Amino acid sequence: MHTKTIKRLCADLNAGEYSSVELAQYYLDRIQRYQSINAFVTVDPEFTLSQAREADKAIRKDKHKPLTGIPIAHKDIFCTKGMLTTCSSKILSNFVPPYDATAIKKCKDSGMVCLGKTNMDEFAMGSSNETSYYGPVKNPWNETMVPGGSSGGSAAAVVARLAPAGTGTDTGGSIRQPAALCGITGLKPTYGRVSRYGMIAFASSLDQAGTLTQTAEDAALLLNVLAGFDPRDSTSVEESVPDYTENLGKDLAGLRIGLPKQYFDEGLDPAVEQAIQESLKVFERLGAALIEIDLPNSELCVPCYYVIAPSEASSNLSRFDGVRYGYRAEDYEDLDDMFMRTRSEGFGPEVKRRIMIGTYALSAGYYDAYYLKAQKLRRLITQDFEQAFERCDVIMGPTTPTPAFELGAKTEDLIAMYLNDIYTISANLSGLPGISIPSGFVNRLPVGLQIIGSYFAEALILNVAHRFQMETDWHQKVPEGFAV
Amino acid sequence: MALDPQTVYRISRLARIHVDASEVERYATELSSILEFVDQMNKVDTDHVAPLSHPQDRVLRLREDKVTETNQREDLQAAAPAVESGLYLVPKVIE
Repeated sequence: MHTKTIKRLCADLNAGEYSSVELAQYYLDRIQRYQSINAFVTVDPEFTLSQAREADKAIRKDKHKPLTGIPIAHKDIFCTKGMLTTCSSKILSNFVPPYDATAIKKCKDSGMVCLGKTNMDEFAMGSSNETSYYGPVKNPWNETMVPGGSSGGSAAAVVARLAPAGTGTDTGGSIRQPAALCGITGLKPTYGRVSRYGMIAFASSLDQAGTLTQTAEDAALLLNVLAGFDPRDSTSVEESVPDYTENLGKDLAGLRIGLPKQYFDEGLDPAVEQAIQESLKVFERLGAALIEIDLPNSELCVPCYYVIAPSEASSNLSRFDGVRYGYRAEDYEDLDDMFMRTRSEGFGPEVKRRIMIGTYALSAGYYDAYYLKAQKLRRLITQDFEQAFERCDVIMGPTTPTPAFELGAKTEDLIAMYLNDIYTISANLSGLPGISIPSGFVNRLPVGLQIIGSYFAEALILNVAHRFQMETDWHQKVPEGFAV
Repeated sequence: MALDPQTVYRISRLARIHVDASEVERYATELSSILEFVDQMNKVDTDHVAPLSHPQDRVLRLREDKVTETNQREDLQAAAPAVESGLYLVPKVIE
């Protein structure tokens, strides 16, 4: 049952092959059995089953929606009414939100069943899931390896088949990078496509919610539920939402694929490059043309990001002060001391570093040299893409320079850790949609192919990914220890 | 550029994050390594480039000045560490 896609589970539920309660119980049992990978922070079986019973009722009365009864795991960054929402931080370790994030509400309204909340890097700051207050998630392909981050729990849960789908958020690669390292499909839509309301903010001009699924087709089904304008998010865009499944299966003949030369340079593991080149041949066989393109400012994406993201984070995270919600220090002298101790005890080392860097970059005398400079570079980086899209329809390359690395391997070297996101950060700075799909293996670890589209071209990149998945079976591979 | 301990304390104060004397050295080294890394930005001349704050250069939408939310004080305060009679409690600030 657990190898089935959402698409297939929907058909089975509607045909009465099994009930939503049976399906939910099946996944709850798997979550229980495979706790060793630490993918979940919170599981509430009674709540899950009550949602499943409602879904069964709707299906019986023929009042269901396309994804009614389908279980889903939510990244613990989305506020869930009445259910612990920690953002994998000590400072929110007791936080039970009084409301649902819009993304959560949309899933509920469509009859989807919440399996629980998944582990992540603290406040989504990390690329290995090692900054979580609840301990690292382990990569199901090899439990001594990282799953990627920050949506590492959702990615590990989907590839271990502990959930048919997961939600995630992507600020610098946090959906696509763990999807690549775990061997699943991870979609980051255009900035503003999915509401940020109730999604705990990291860097507001970069954050975007998206999906982690087995297939591109499932991502399209789930994006149909999540996408849309939300008056509660001031950066939500008022663009019409197409049916993302409508284009699936369309011919790729004549598709122009741009290959940025900077994404295939010396920083790329040759074995990963080999896997990507093999995948590109599949697209050539499907009638697409490969064109070399130039993104001259690529090298500056990571430095630019490590000014903008921490600056915005330092502002967003000022709300955690021990007054209105969350953890409060026990011993303090006065109000200011309470703020300072609450925050130094409540935040982990990476979050504190980023708040401090951001505070410095925004402080008097340094704003122009750092934040403003980074915003100017951001325009140049975005213009590089605009120019590239005059010559191609989609851009492809590796999602990450290497496959998954060992737990602990990069925790001491900050810059090496930051450079994991070298190919993914550009889509956040420019706000473009991107998807990572399974594209082969190196040393028995998955490799991800990234496809970037122009603004609101989700339907196109989903179809390009879907056509690839019709020709390959990388996305169907399940890690050995989780096959049964 | 390398940060000195005084600067680390100044940032810590601005960020409202307590830094122990035993941690200053580590913070100075780590923050300096990040600053050195981001200094690469200076390789590119951006003198005549306008800053980009929204990926699609969109301006934030304004809404009508109208009350749309209902009062949920009790629900919202349920998550607070200390409340009394609908007020948040904090250490005394006025003598």
